[in-house]
Amino acid sequence: MKTSILATGLCCIAFAAPAQTPVLTVYAGDYFTSEWGPGPAIESGFEAFCGCDLQFSTGDLLPRLMLEGERTQADVVIGLSTDVLARARESGLFAPHGQDLSALTVPVDWPDDTFVPFNWGHTAFIYDTTRMDAPPATLDAMRTLPDGVTVVIQDPRTSISGLALVLWVKAVYADQAGAFWADLAPHILTVTKDWSESYGLFTSGEADMVLSYTTSPAYHIMAEEDQTKRAALFPEGHYFMAETVGKIAGTDQPELADRFMAWVLTPEFQKVIPAANWSLPAALPQADWPEGWADLPLPEKVLFLSETEAEALRVEAVEEWRAALSQ
Amino acid sequence: MARRAVAITAAAVAAWVATLVLLPLAAVLWRAGAWPALAQGDGQALWFTLWQALLSAALSCLLAVPVARALARRQFLGRGALITLMGAPFLLPTIVAVMGLIAVFGRSGLINQGLAGLGLAPLSVYGAPGVILAHVFLNLPLAVRMCLQGWQAIPAERFRLAQSLGFAPAQVSRHLERPMLRAVLPGAFAVIFVLCLTSFAVALTLGGGPKATTVELAIYQAVRFDFDLGRAAMLSGVQVALCALVAAVVWHAVATPGFGAGLGRAPLLRVRGVRLMLADTLAIGGAALFLLLPLAAIGLRGLPGLSDLPPAVWQGASRSVAVALASTALTVPAALILALAVTKSGRGAGLMDAVALLPLASSGLVLGTGLFLLVQPFAAPSTLALPVTVAVNVALSLPFVYRLLVPEARIMQADYGRLSASLDLRGLAWLRLVALPRLARPLGFGAGVSAALSMGDLGVIALFASDQSATLPLVVQRLMAAYRLETAAGAALILVGLSFGLFWAFDTWGRRHAAI
Repeated sequence: MKTSILATGLCCIAFAAPAQTPVLTVYAGDYFTSEWGPGPAIESGFEAFCGCDLQFSTGDLLPRLMLEGERTQADVVIGLSTDVLARARESGLFAPHGQDLSALTVPVDWPDDTFVPFNWGHTAFIYDTTRMDAPPATLDAMRTLPDGVTVVIQDPRTSISGLALVLWVKAVYADQAGAFWADLAPHILTVTKDWSESYGLFTSGEADMVLSYTTSPAYHIMAEEDQTKRAALFPEGHYFMAETVGKIAGTDQPELADRFMAWVLTPEFQKVIPAANWSLPAALPQADWPEGWADLPLPEKVLFLSETEAEALRVEAVEEWRAALSQ
Repeated sequence: MARRAVAITAAAVAAWVATLVLLPLAAVLWRAGAWPALAQGDGQALWFTLWQALLSAALSCLLAVPVARALARRQFLGRGALITLMGAPFLLPTIVAVMGLIAVFGRSGLINQGLAGLGLAPLSVYGAPGVILAHVFLNLPLAVRMCLQGWQAIPAERFRLAQSLGFAPAQVSRHLERPMLRAVLPGAFAVIFVLCLTSFAVALTLGGGPKATTVELAIYQAVRFDFDLGRAAMLSGVQVALCALVAAVVWHAVATPGFGAGLGRAPLLRVRGVRLMLADTLAIGGAALFLLLPLAAIGLRGLPGLSDLPPAVWQGASRSVAVALASTALTVPAALILALAVTKSGRGAGLMDAVALLPLASSGLVLGTGLFLLVQPFAAPSTLALPVTVAVNVALSLPFVYRLLVPEARIMQADYGRLSASLDLRGLAWLRLVALPRLARPLGFGAGVSAALSMGDLGVIALFASDQSATLPLVVQRLMAAYRLETAAGAALILVGLSFGLFWAFDTWGRRHAAI
């Protein structure tokens, strides 16, 4: 049984081997390459001039890279979010990007010499105007929500957006974060494993607010012509999240990898991001954003913990969250 | 010769299952290089996991008895269809099941709308009761079917005898039903307990937050988020140990009833009296409402999305069906061989019985991670996504098929073992004349469960998947991640429909060919 599986696999490899054109293997997150994600447009865009075959390989990013170690097939990895960069860097698998980052338009300093952001957004609570007349005007107002208003969030132990939320609260409240969670706890309807389950609960009317992104209303406005979903914008600021691209040090296609990294920062690539990724382009002036995107309400203040700060606070912030919500 | 061949094949199957479960665990542990201690919050998670699993399994079994008895002794129009349909919740992918339950029991669900209409305060489903509710919803169908098979396996002659002796229902229960339940319920309890032990997304969402943290969530966190393989392996080891404990208890609790063989006529249970009639109607009606309302909600949610399903859904669907059929083709013979060997009570029967429960306790994530580590030196894991999915599905669905087969295989052995031996009926002839007709019902049902479960599996494929191997559950997840919630609900409905269709086809085959 086992040997026949292995044999089948080995045959596949033998037959698939050597192609005429060089192959650039890009590891991407699971959502990335589906026909609803940015993958297909990025693939055809790059192949149009690289003289190569860009192959996406999807799945869990960091766990897979860590398991493979030096043996990884990846040349480039796209989709590592800001909160896992410390652990990705620690793996020692990535090479310096060597790119000129002056084209970046993200609202935070980006001194990173290894990872290049390609999209960004902020965490935000989304509400439905038909169900909520007076959304909270500040993050602090989340502590005194009217009775019966419910919020659904993601678990910081299993979800990137859930982790961003506890870091957001930690960045605003520091050692008062536990008190914030205790005040919000009665309004938390439930906690889900992933973003998509939470969002499903919200759109089906089960919860009044959902932890999501400031860019979420864009999907409803542009794809569904639905103006009723809005982000509650808070003057305390919103937590910045970006997804990045990095080059594997042991790549056998260093030049192609460099060309891909450079291409990520070009307007051609960046213009794909908004409508395919439902997030903001990281290297495109607001004036050049696709139609409708410049009108999207965005917060004025951006909060961001550096990767060392976030890593230092992570365990404590998650434990405060867990303790307050376990009461 | 034939007996030895069965024994050897059974030992090989058991060894293969044990290897498939334990080797990946060992690989993960070897890679981690350390065996860490329990962390803060683990004790709480372990406690919650244990008591909710015990309570969910006990309630599922307890509620299953009156429902199965009512179904066994009543005839009504659409009974067969109702029995098949009531099996469906067990086959639902968890995310779909949660959405269906919330549509009925949630804050804006049917029940609370009704309560609001009556001017009553709303009920909240979120919390420990929600977790139990969901687990009973998912597992009651399995318990009902296992009990119902037990009833149907009691020879009709015994019921006739009971009738001619003028037994009251209490006496029928004491002499016929309780001995049968003693043989069936421990196995059902064990399977459901272990299933609830490894539940995670359902428990978290309906549990309302971190209070409902299970060990499986901690494993997920360790693998996907913290990349702490030692911790994942340690927690997985804890689960396997708990499962082994339950297997040992069950092995000693099971008692085969000595009904003796019958002529294979359909059992004719007749009970009279308005009170029993009311009780049975309540049991069947209550279970049907509880199990079918959320299913209807899932159907309604999915319908609008059906109008424009992308081709990826159909590609995923055909891959999933292929995986399910391949898994079933391997699982059913393996389970049959194990069950036959265990009921012949040869050497190592208890061990084989425990091995057949083992895969349930192992976390799909740890299994996937371990297989990844094992495969990686030889081949690119993404080229093996589908074969690995099949292998893991076989391991994960084997316990169900085995549990369904064992009680009836025991009875077959007790009733026909000596006759077969005296006729020197062996090998293929024995299989064709004795085993297959006697076991057709659990075989068909087991094949159906195996196929349906293999359709819904997701845990393992995450590490291996490539675009060319996306199964339907993965496509549903991708649609959800891309905000296409309506399309995702439509695709989920297709998934449920296909799972149920496969289950229905196998189950019907089994019931058609059953000798009893």
